[in-house]
Amino acid sequence: MDNFEIKGQRLVALSMLGCLVFNYPILELFNRAGTILGIPVLYAFIFAAWGLLIALMALVVEARDRTGR
Amino acid sequence: MLQGWVIIVVSFAYLGLLFAIAYYADQRADAGRSVIASPYIYSLSLGVYATAWTFYGSVGRAASDGVGFLPIYIGPTLMIALWWVVMRKIIRISKQNRITSLADFIASRYGKSALIGGLVTVIAVVGIVPYISLQLKAVSNSFTIVLQYPEIVMPAKIGAVPFLHDTALGVALILAAFAIAFGTRHLDAAEHHQGMVAAIAFESLVKLLAFLAVGTFVTFGIYNGFGDVFARAAASSKLRAMLTPLEGVAGSYASWAWLTILSMLAIMFLPRQFQVAVIENVDEKHLNKAIWLFPLYMLAINIFVLPIAFGGLLRFPGGNVDADAFVLTLPMAERQELLALLVFIGGLSAATGMVIVETIALSTMVCNDLVMPVLLRLRVLRLNQRRDLTGLLLGIRRGAIVLVLLLGYLYFRLAGEAYALVSIGLISFAAVAQFAPVVLGGIFWKGGTRRGALAGLAAGFLVWFYTLLLPAFARSDWLPIGFLETGPFGLALLNPQQLFGLARLDHITHAMIWSMIANIGAYVGVSLSTAQSAEEHRQASLFVDVFKRSGEAGGARFWRGTASAPELFGLLARFLGPASAETVFQDYAHAKGVQWPGGDLAADAEFVHYVETQLAGAIGASSARIMVASVVKEDALTIEEVRQIVDEASQVVAYSHQLEQKSRELEAATTELRAANERLQELDRLKDDFVSTVSHELRTPLTSIRSFSEILREDPKVELAQRRKFLDIITKETERLTRLINKILDLSKLESGTTEWHESPIDMKEVIESTMTAASQLFKENNVRLEARLPQRVPRLVADFDRITQVIFNLLSNAVKFCEAGKGRVEVALAEDNGFLRVDVSDNGPGISPKDQKVIFEKFRQAGDALTDKPRGTGLGLHISFHIIEHYGGRIWVTSRPGEGTTFSFTLPLVREAAATDAV
Repeated sequence: MDNFEIKGQRLVALSMLGCLVFNYPILELFNRAGTILGIPVLYAFIFAAWGLLIALMALVVEARDRTGR
Repeated sequence: MLQGWVIIVVSFAYLGLLFAIAYYADQRADAGRSVIASPYIYSLSLGVYATAWTFYGSVGRAASDGVGFLPIYIGPTLMIALWWVVMRKIIRISKQNRITSLADFIASRYGKSALIGGLVTVIAVVGIVPYISLQLKAVSNSFTIVLQYPEIVMPAKIGAVPFLHDTALGVALILAAFAIAFGTRHLDAAEHHQGMVAAIAFESLVKLLAFLAVGTFVTFGIYNGFGDVFARAAASSKLRAMLTPLEGVAGSYASWAWLTILSMLAIMFLPRQFQVAVIENVDEKHLNKAIWLFPLYMLAINIFVLPIAFGGLLRFPGGNVDADAFVLTLPMAERQELLALLVFIGGLSAATGMVIVETIALSTMVCNDLVMPVLLRLRVLRLNQRRDLTGLLLGIRRGAIVLVLLLGYLYFRLAGEAYALVSIGLISFAAVAQFAPVVLGGIFWKGGTRRGALAGLAAGFLVWFYTLLLPAFARSDWLPIGFLETGPFGLALLNPQQLFGLARLDHITHAMIWSMIANIGAYVGVSLSTAQSAEEHRQASLFVDVFKRSGEAGGARFWRGTASAPELFGLLARFLGPASAETVFQDYAHAKGVQWPGGDLAADAEFVHYVETQLAGAIGASSARIMVASVVKEDALTIEEVRQIVDEASQVVAYSHQLEQKSRELEAATTELRAANERLQELDRLKDDFVSTVSHELRTPLTSIRSFSEILREDPKVELAQRRKFLDIITKETERLTRLINKILDLSKLESGTTEWHESPIDMKEVIESTMTAASQLFKENNVRLEARLPQRVPRLVADFDRITQVIFNLLSNAVKFCEAGKGRVEVALAEDNGFLRVDVSDNGPGISPKDQKVIFEKFRQAGDALTDKPRGTGLGLHISFHIIEHYGGRIWVTSRPGEGTTFSFTLPLVREAAATDAV
């Protein structure tokens, strides 16, 4: 399997992970009172997870071609 | 400074700047130096997704239900991760088939059906008009609000504006001018609008910066950072609930999930997104960076939404100020005139960007997929005989742009006040989501048929119309409102917002569930129960297998007939203009290496397909099909023939895969063979070396034997003492010869496995001591010290006494050979080691280089440079030892560092006999 396909599969997996994280019941875990660094838990979680997801997507896309071309 | 004229001047200056950028980019494109050929511009142009709805409406929605606006921006993030697979395919298909719009794409997939193209266009226009009106409303509202400065008054309280003073109309007309100027400048078979894309990318920057500016001001200027805003919100009893807004799986979680799905589909199927992502894409590779840059843009533009929403709610607690306007009213309330102006421009850029791209995309659809197919079929117009239709085409597009904008304006005037910004946008999202099944199904499933697509689209659209648009009309008082409460004719089951009694869902979720069931159900159901025509089958295979075919010639295999080049030229010239048609023909002729005009340009299948594709780039696939069919004589292929061609193609693909596989295997085998061959050559060389070494070894004693024998024979007067000395030498040399020959014989026996092993229990200590005694003479002669470090007792093991002696003797004689006379010292050590007996023979000689250590146990190998050093042995001793130790299941190895002496070690297992018995 070439690098191109592997990247595609990783991105599909990330998308599925995102669908899981931004949905019931994971969101319910954070849907409660309280703050993290002054930011309500739910807001902090959503933005942090979102940012992390984008970072992972960037990592996958920009990863060096392992075939060394 | 926020007088009316200032605002108007600044707005016009901004729009002027847009014109300038677009003009510059178009000039550069004409000069062949594109400014938009960059993944960053491409990603920014995707930012057209963020409209005035994002700019003003997100805050509005956040102010009513906290995080509820976020799925609209998270959804695209989840979708764009799939673009690597999905969008790349759509882009490739579109480039190969010169797709000009979403309607063209769908029509093309389902057998170039004009009916489907038309239906898609109608759905798109009906669905998008409210969305355009929403942009006009936003611009008009924000303008009215800014004008009231320093008062903060909502537009609704000002009362009706006279028609001619309405800013929305003015905005609509200016935008129409822009769209016409840069969207319909000329007919281009590639359908790229570089000037427009450059302007859109710039607008994306402006709105992002404006929003970040106001966000920073509210969060850090009015309040003391995020923590402060949220802490104050938490302190307010009214706002506290919004910090944990989600509840109920059927309630806000269902809305959340469906909004995510809706926006995932919207990011692909909104006509303007399809336009910038697919049609305006100049390089497939730009997709890679956009996959993470565009979500990052979404994240950035949303960071300050919640602080602004809470800030607004805290600042205007009375509810007099519309939350949709907080972005603007907060800076105004704080007397930040410049910031308010920047926000106004940001909102303007968000709205204009959307309207421009959307109207251009829709006008292409209306022209190519709605108007042209009808006009071409109307024989009364005799369009077939008109010489140049480019003017007509451009005219239709320009008319369509004006028409769409005026429709948007009308909707705004008549119905715009009933809904908040977000709700109008979502109605449009739900409309374009109806394209998802036929597009996604169309590119991954060959089974979708034309009738299936028609049924799916129609069913989905009808349900959408009934559950979302009719209620919207009812709220605008176009229909009796009772219709929403009791259902039509009092039938509660048909209540458009609680269809079949499905209650407790918000109306978007409700509409999405029913419309998707209807849409997908009809698409799949009808597709499975109807047959494809030849054309449909061919297109399905071209779309689904786009990556398996190479180049644009893929479609040519499906065509049979006769045509003439001049006729085709005439056709193309009518739609593209003679100059463009000339270029197109010359490009083709050049690629084929023939002359045009005047040469023998063969109007074969490939050429006809080429012309049709070029034409499709201007007027859409279905119209192009009709036009080409009108000038060439075609033999219609039957469905069987198309199937056969498709099957052949897939067989060819399968064969080529097999061939590739075979050639890879062959390559691997060749590599192995080459390695084996090299090894053989190496062995051959070693054998040669060996033969020369052995010959040398054999010749030396032979020479001395012969010379001494000759002396004895020819000179009988040699003294007795002398004679005896000579005979001694002869005997010794003969013995040496015998030893050498024995060794060679020994080795050949060992290697062929015919050696006899005389096994008996032996005491290793005894073996070592007897060998040392045997070798003591050798050590004395060489003046090397021999020492032993032996334990009191070691267990006995079963082996051939003579063979083991041979190994130890080999190691000792080897050691002594490399020791310096006088200083040399060799030590033999014996130890029991974890079920093994271990013997070490160490010397303090020059050591062996790591390179030699690896090969020293191989046959005929000797340490040192074979070219310069004199051989100091046969190179067989260690090899023979290796075979013997291996035979007994032991291990022999060397540890050495150059300059620090060498230790040869071997181990023999103690339990060999027991293990062997067990095994039997």
